Amino acid sequence: MLRNPGSVDHVAAGLKEAGYLPGASTALVAYLATKLGKPVLVEGPAGVGKTELAKALSRYLGRTLVRLQCYEGLDEAKALYEWNYRKQLLRIQTESDGTGWQEVQEDIFGEEFLLPRPLMTAIASAEPVVLLIDEIDKTDQEFEAMLLELLSDFQISIPELGRIEAKTQPVVLLTSNNSRELTEALKRRCLYLWLDYPELEHELQIVRLHSPELDQSIARKLVEIVHQVRELDLKKPPSIAESIDWARALILLGADDIDADTFMHTMSVIVKHRTDLETVAARVGVKLEPADPDAASARQPSPHSVDAA
Amino acid sequence: MSLPVPGQPPGDADITAPAPGGLEAQLLTFAEDLRAEGVAVGVSEMLDAFAALEVIAWTDRNSFKEALAATIAKSPEDRRLFELAFDRFFFRAAEAEATRRRITEGDRGDGEPGEEINLETLRQQIAAALRDGSEGAMRDLARLAIAAFGQADGSGVLGVDVQRIRRALGLRTEPQPDLPDDDPRRAGVPRERLRRFEQHLRRELERDLIERTATLPPKRPLNELDRALPTGPIQDLAQVHKVVSQLKRRLATQGHELRGRKRHAHVDVRRTMRASLETGGVPIALKFRPQRPRRPEIFVLCDVSTSVTSASTFFLSVLHALHDAFRKLRSFVFIERISEVTDVFERERDFKAASEAVSRDAGVADISGYTDYGRVWTEFLGLIEDELHPRATVIVLGDARTNGRPPRDDVFAAITAKAGRTFWLNPEPRLYWNYGDSVIAAYETHCTAFECWRTDQLEEFVKALTRPVVR
Repeated sequence: MLRNPGSVDHVAAGLKEAGYLPGASTALVAYLATKLGKPVLVEGPAGVGKTELAKALSRYLGRTLVRLQCYEGLDEAKALYEWNYRKQLLRIQTESDGTGWQEVQEDIFGEEFLLPRPLMTAIASAEPVVLLIDEIDKTDQEFEAMLLELLSDFQISIPELGRIEAKTQPVVLLTSNNSRELTEALKRRCLYLWLDYPELEHELQIVRLHSPELDQSIARKLVEIVHQVRELDLKKPPSIAESIDWARALILLGADDIDADTFMHTMSVIVKHRTDLETVAARVGVKLEPADPDAASARQPSPHSVDAA
Repeated sequence: MSLPVPGQPPGDADITAPAPGGLEAQLLTFAEDLRAEGVAVGVSEMLDAFAALEVIAWTDRNSFKEALAATIAKSPEDRRLFELAFDRFFFRAAEAEATRRRITEGDRGDGEPGEEINLETLRQQIAAALRDGSEGAMRDLARLAIAAFGQADGSGVLGVDVQRIRRALGLRTEPQPDLPDDDPRRAGVPRERLRRFEQHLRRELERDLIERTATLPPKRPLNELDRALPTGPIQDLAQVHKVVSQLKRRLATQGHELRGRKRHAHVDVRRTMRASLETGGVPIALKFRPQRPRRPEIFVLCDVSTSVTSASTFFLSVLHALHDAFRKLRSFVFIERISEVTDVFERERDFKAASEAVSRDAGVADISGYTDYGRVWTEFLGLIEDELHPRATVIVLGDARTNGRPPRDDVFAAITAKAGRTFWLNPEPRLYWNYGDSVIAAYETHCTAFECWRTDQLEEFVKALTRPVVR
């Protein structure tokens, strides 16, 4: 079912229903994107829910999600369209006798021989879609320049076929981890949304939304610890996704409190670098209440034990 | 012409009758303000902002601000400046309007002895509001606090008054164990919240002042401290970041001369096949894979010895920032020997971690720890002689103090002859050049030397670096 949100509050409520708790600005920008028909550039550290936002938005709006994962070396043949040259060659060979060149030429550059890639799919779709261009900062500037036509006019020019215009207006989200500065030209065509690690209360709600089985007091403690860990100077601070993973791990382990021992065993869920593990163990782990001495000696104090579990 | 105001209750129309120029003019002035602070606000951004304001309700200050931010501020740095400029601008605009219409807040409870504020309750209330972090309550309580403690013996200097009121309220970030158990101040007030409360106090005091004098104080440009990165360890580093971000912007707009497709030995089969269709399946034109990785164009050599310790941080932060901006950059640090640190900077995105990694892994110091330029040049030339070409730029950061060792400027000359341009950044004031063991004169004949001990000098250098080469 297609939906057309009427106000910012509708968007906020709808996203929540779709399993995503938006911050105030997130809901507003999502609303603006649907109303103004402008692409949104979402930036922020890894794991704060940029991709998740696009998924939730597609669920809420009742649209299909078309996703283009960017990587270095991505070119238009993989992002826009490609001619199915094998099929074209077959076509040329099977009908080489008796057919005029003009006829064949018109024939092999028809839509039948076109392989649509994500961007083309999003444009040509009969139903409006949500287009997610993920990690745009991984591509090079040439690719960004290629996107400009699509982002401002929602059209694609194919030399052999002419211009293909969007039948429906897609909602476009571009995400970036800010690993390089995007061009001004691209930014100018987009609305901008900066997603950061959420406030404590907000994150608590998110964790509880995703793992409602977890005891409330543990959930609060968990989020507080995660916030403490983020304060440290780490290579990779834990993201929201990792808080949720940790909450799930605690449920699986049946933990009824986060004491120093549980923390030491499970912190590899939220901290992923060896040096970070040491820092966190020394700075946060020691602050927690020590566990039962018997329980502590029974288990092996290895940070990797959770992987086995 | 003025825009429709969807969320406006009709009864308020006469109060909010547009000031000269109306909302559009105000917003354009705001855009001017932002430009003055270095945010690139284009016409298309303003058009977007107006379009956005047509579809949202304005009754909520927050949505108004977020809608403007989403359309105007397009990077985290811009966003930070936007917040500061937004608060300043709309505060001033509202106050100017109030002064113009002579709207005052009326009596401020003086002369009503029956409504004496219970000071201890007020202290508790404020501390509780700070703990719970409710913005509206904080603002109201800031006004009460000013009424209670502020007006009688105000010093007239806002910062002093703010701190005096804070002390009178007994608000501290550190725990205060001697207070009773149920006192919200006992565990200490969160630093961030306290900072916000102080902002409210300052704002309300400012409002008072404007009301009393009926004039706006002159506009204060955002100072560098306001603009500093939240985690900047030293103040000057923030300035460096600013210059460097300008450098980045200039480099980003410089175009693609540093990049490009070059013919390469690898044939791109897929593109060749695709191209062959134009010739009926016969591959006439070969297509090649773009060359990747590309050759670096800039070589940076950075002295990290003790004689330039104070400048090392400065150097390294510049080096670090350059790495973010360029793909084609190779960096080296040196003391007695030279060591390539390109990888370190590619791996570490955090400045502090990077400088630690350099001091830990680079292994550039031998026994003495004194810079040996002669040896460094020889090693550098040996390492990358084949890669230097007329389009390469070499930048040396160092004080040119050889500690009595031979300067080997002949080797340096060989480097500069191979590279297109060579710059030397010296962290010492020009006055000290060539005194003692400084041999900058020997090198200066082969390169362009800059003194670089203040950030504005760094800026000069950036201009020189990004200036198009005239050949």
